[in-house]
Amino acid sequence: MTAHVQTSRVSETQERTVSVWQGRVRIRVLSKGRGPALVFFHGPWGLTWDPFLDELAQSFSVLAPAHPGTTPDAHDDVYHLDGLWDLVLCYDELLEALGIRDAAFVGHSFGGMVACELAAAYPDRARRLALIAPLGFWRDPDRIINWMLLEPGELRRQIFRDPECDAARRMFPPSDEQDSSATAARVRMVWAMGTTGKFIWPIPDKGLKKRIHRVKAPTLLVWGKEDRLVPPVYADEFVGRLSDARVQTVADTGHAPHLEQPATVARTVREFLSQ
Amino acid sequence: MKISAFHLMPHRELPADFERRYESVWVTPPWWELADARRVGQYYNWTLDELLYAAKCGFDGVCTNEHHQNAYGFMPSPNLMGSVLARATNGTNVAIVQMGATLPTSNPPLRVAEEYAMLDCISGGRLVAGLPLGSPMDVNLCYGITPMEHRERYREAFALTLKAWQAREIFSWNGRYFQLATVNLWPRPIQEPHPPVWVPGSGSISTFDFAVEHDVCYCFLSYSGARSAKTMMDAYWRVVAEKGRDLNPYRAGFLQLVVVAESDARAEEKFARHVEYFYHKCLHVPGVWFSPPGNQDYRSLVATMANPVRRAENPKNLRYRDFVEKGYVIAGSPATVRDRLKEEVINGLHVGNLMVLLQIGSMPHELALENIELFGREVLPGLRDVWDDAGWVNHWWPERLRQPAAPVAAGLAAGGA
Repeated sequence: MTAHVQTSRVSETQERTVSVWQGRVRIRVLSKGRGPALVFFHGPWGLTWDPFLDELAQSFSVLAPAHPGTTPDAHDDVYHLDGLWDLVLCYDELLEALGIRDAAFVGHSFGGMVACELAAAYPDRARRLALIAPLGFWRDPDRIINWMLLEPGELRRQIFRDPECDAARRMFPPSDEQDSSATAARVRMVWAMGTTGKFIWPIPDKGLKKRIHRVKAPTLLVWGKEDRLVPPVYADEFVGRLSDARVQTVADTGHAPHLEQPATVARTVREFLSQ
Repeated sequence: MKISAFHLMPHRELPADFERRYESVWVTPPWWELADARRVGQYYNWTLDELLYAAKCGFDGVCTNEHHQNAYGFMPSPNLMGSVLARATNGTNVAIVQMGATLPTSNPPLRVAEEYAMLDCISGGRLVAGLPLGSPMDVNLCYGITPMEHRERYREAFALTLKAWQAREIFSWNGRYFQLATVNLWPRPIQEPHPPVWVPGSGSISTFDFAVEHDVCYCFLSYSGARSAKTMMDAYWRVVAEKGRDLNPYRAGFLQLVVVAESDARAEEKFARHVEYFYHKCLHVPGVWFSPPGNQDYRSLVATMANPVRRAENPKNLRYRDFVEKGYVIAGSPATVRDRLKEEVINGLHVGNLMVLLQIGSMPHELALENIELFGREVLPGLRDVWDDAGWVNHWWPERLRQPAAPVAAGLAAGGA
């Protein structure tokens, strides 16, 4: 495997782009902090370095890769992957390229599913697993809303318990004027949904139930009590299948508890990962 | 000029408050609340009768199309309709224009190649093979195809279809989406090397490129009329020129809504509410469903976001006179309709293959027949020879039907369906 690593320094957060998949898939990795390695897999709306990751970086060496296709100027790289199996192999190559044998995996939503799949495929790579409202299962009575089909305003109300909170304002910048940065933000979000959606359309159950028994890592599930997109009952699907898992619900948060209450969620995750 | 009658097969009796009460006309309208199978059976038969009546009234072709889970137009299998039309029009010079079966939702897409070959055999070589991508509502939402794979699947299926029709030897297809070890199509189409191919689109630039590269007829299926299509079609003709193709007007098809009556005023009296029903109810779909994330490639996404076309005008805010004034619908007396079609659509967009939608929304059967008959009798003859002097050959029309149609006998045109 050939991996090309470029490093540049942006304030305190490091940024580098790693090429995997025979050089066809370029993945930008943001990193910060000191301590044991922690890999963060972002959700369907793209990667931004946020206060939650800052909190984790106080205790860990946090590495946050951008899902294939969401790295700037590498939008079409995602077309080189045919499905989830390719994606999991890509991430194995990424860890190899970063020199990480094992790490704590933290993932949100789609990223939670990716972290769990990776831990099932490579059980020795995951030391501990913290999954925030992960996807991966489907219950007919508790259908997961397809966020890719929502108008922006409705999407915002579905992701956040409080659609006016700071994190919601950052994710959905006002677009009333013809502001190019708001347009760019919308393009980034739509493309992130499209590229991550490639691996889960039309139902985000791609067979994790057949593989999850392979996970060895102790697992924490974090769920917003008022998650309207992926209801907290989905935690049962994980807990029932994992040998060592527990659930922590977070009051007054929706599908992105780590964005609505970064300090609380970061503390919970940090304590679990440090055990 | 070739002029075909298009039909959507819509639900004709949606409740007056449909668009306020329900989320969408597509994907989620509740069948049990809104429809009745016996009544729908009547719609299908009316649809077939209306298209067959158009065939009798001198139209050059009859068009069907594929859509799913909706009240806007629900022929989930256009080839079932097309086979009835092919059989019933044997002995005539009417083309069977399938606009058509959707490749990405047919698995394997060879099924489309087979059924089209059957239609060509049954009709004696009168098939026009429309090969649409399918709308995101049909393909992504109803049939579960991943938006990001939609166009790739289409392109692979398109290549497979063309090869399956023509290959002299049995071949293997080891594709990204389709794997077939032994492709040996039975039957093959009568038309050689294959039936003429039309690719319908709704203005996506990547579809222009695809159509021109493959030397097929690009059909702009627009409900916003020729004026708003002008920019798009000008762009299409630029692509045609850039890629070194000739400016043969038969490279382009266009769909136009038309209502015709004895006078402009009478057209409004007869058709206004059906036109409004169509735009207010039949197009009632959440905007984002037309383009779920991943359906557009990155470059198109950036272009659309920077210059949003679809948000320009909400048809729910428009009334009949607006639709007519803006050219969404061409309406009025035969002279008005003929002149506007000639000026705005045929010459304005440089179009040789015109499709007209004459049964619109809630329009009842008898009224649809009147619209078809009057168009066939008073409008169509005045348009037929528009391109004749220019000497273009319609390579995208069944070869045996390319000669201008003989004038229709008066008795036949006046006859009932």
